[in-house]
Amino acid sequence: MTKTSNLGELQAIAKRVRRHIVEMIGAAKSGHPGGSLSAVEILTTLYFDVMRHDPANPTWAERDRFILSKGHAAPVLYGVFVEAGYTPAEPLNTLRRIGSIYQGHPDRRYIPALEASTGSLGVGLSLGLGMAEAARLDNSPTRVYVLLGDGEIQEGQIWEAAMYGAFHKVDNIVAIVDYNKIQLDGFVKDIMELEPLPDKWRGFGWNVIEVDGHDIPALQKAFADAAATKGKPTVMIAHTIKGKGVSFMENNPKFHGVAPTKEELEKAVQEIGA
Amino acid sequence: MSVNTKFELKLGAATREAFGKVIVDLGKADPNVVVCDADLSKSTFTHLFAKEFPNRFFSCGIAEANMVSIGAGLASSGKIAFVSSFSAFVLNKGFEQLRVNCAYAQVPLKVVGTHSGISIGEDGPSQMSVEDISLACSLAGFTVISPADEVSMSALVKAAAYHNGPVFIRAGRVKAPIVHTAEQKFEIGKAIQLIEGKDMTFIATGLLVAECIRASDILAGEGISAGVIDIHTIKPIDRNAIAAAAKNTGCIVVAEEHFTDSGLGVKVAQVVCETHPCVMEFHGMGNYYAESGTPEEVMTKYKMTGADIAVTARKALARK
Ligand SMILES: Cc1ncc(C[n+]2csc(CCOP(=O)(O)OP(=O)(O)O)c2C)c(N)n1
Ligand SMILES: [Mg+2]
Repeated sequence: MTKTSNLGELQAIAKRVRRHIVEMIGAAKSGHPGGSLSAVEILTTLYFDVMRHDPANPTWAERDRFILSKGHAAPVLYGVFVEAGYTPAEPLNTLRRIGSIYQGHPDRRYIPALEASTGSLGVGLSLGLGMAEAARLDNSPTRVYVLLGDGEIQEGQIWEAAMYGAFHKVDNIVAIVDYNKIQLDGFVKDIMELEPLPDKWRGFGWNVIEVDGHDIPALQKAFADAAATKGKPTVMIAHTIKGKGVSFMENNPKFHGVAPTKEELEKAVQEIGA
Repeated sequence: MSVNTKFELKLGAATREAFGKVIVDLGKADPNVVVCDADLSKSTFTHLFAKEFPNRFFSCGIAEANMVSIGAGLASSGKIAFVSSFSAFVLNKGFEQLRVNCAYAQVPLKVVGTHSGISIGEDGPSQMSVEDISLACSLAGFTVISPADEVSMSALVKAAAYHNGPVFIRAGRVKAPIVHTAEQKFEIGKAIQLIEGKDMTFIATGLLVAECIRASDILAGEGISAGVIDIHTIKPIDRNAIAAAAKNTGCIVVAEEHFTDSGLGVKVAQVVCETHPCVMEFHGMGNYYAESGTPEEVMTKYKMTGADIAVTARKALARK
């Protein structure tokens, strides 16, 4: 894997990841396209520019850690893993099938390079704090990145973790909220409103950065600002569009957890154009 | 050769859907019925209730522990309160609240866990619930119900609604074969003998009741008379039915979509030991997690079919 800060190259990777997402979910006939597509630029920027990691040496002790706390978005992580060379491309079409390394939710029994097995929402930030604390104890430069869903942060444990992160000044962690404004049953504002969200995190003592989660240069700058912030943890509130890149999935609650039909898949692949 | 023809095993609705429908009926009949949801109403079918009675539907967001305590507050204020989510989430995230706010405080909350067992398929182990019977049964004073089909689910949800105590009801994701007749009467705590047997008895719950019927059919072809009991209530367990099966057939195989070391099987074994000790085998999940796959793939790989259960039965009979 070669890392790059080049916008064109990162955008090309993002396109391929999008294509992997819709194709693997199409093949599986089940899965979560919306929240996978909304996080493509975030994961692409992390894995191909920001994070210190080595697919040839996944157990490197001083690597940065990424936790997909919103585990149902596994397809975006699998797409990035394939592009980065962690896992092979051809079994992507076995997603969610028996024996597949591409399990319905990230499963470390099948892909040891995953930092966490996730799928039950609300636990990833605490897990990441533990990893960040271990890194500090070991004087390791490791930084920890945790991707949270906006629906997911309704879980109380997230706010227990938020208190901990600020109190213990855990400045080697970045929480990223994929703020796509939609959860399983509908729009966040109709299920359990989160606003004023930046104020909530600020009130808990976090450095808050709001960013357009599809704007790669803005994400690059935000991650750099986070790294430069000492003495408190950073949360990036990434404004995103659920289903981004596929017109009929965009901002459409239906595609939280529904696979595209054969015709929809063809249309999606055409639109993505990778 | 006596092949059982009583059961066609036509596919019915999923038990989660039967639950969603029957609480609408309950809501129509009784303005005291209220429902709480944690962002899974489309999956648990409580969206039907939400549509009909928006004022009596409480959206809690993805916050199961909070939902359980809110439900307990409603239930302790005279409401017939249901809370629902996947079994894996409502029990694991809400366990402390179930213990202290419902079991210990004797508050009659009705908890419905859907997507139980491994038959959910594709979503995989994080959403599969293979320890819920164990957890729910460990809550003092809880009644634990695990219906096999839409018929028993509808009847038992109605019974649970007016049961004076906290109840956990276990529902599944996939369509369930219908094992009961429309005329069947259901009583909490009273097991139902679906097939009479002379040589052995299957005691099963949930989807595996239908698979035990299939196993009984297979064994009938080998000249073995295997009875089938649907033990829809796991707590309080029907001691008389278990003791009679042990006494009359001398061989019991328990089948469940759950860890065998902490589920229905060990509860049945306790009664057998205390009444008429006999040969027993336990069919279900060992103490490990399954994996993603279609429901059929998962149920086949993890040996939850009638043919697999028949193998366990032969093993038990060989020891008799
Ligand atoms: C503890 C828990 N409760 C419920 C679920 C079921 N579930 C899966 S995804 C989801 C909605 C998540 O919404 P959000 O966090 O906004 O994710 P995104 O929009 O990024 O897909 C729910 C309720 C779960 N996986 N874990
Ligand atoms: Mg969301």
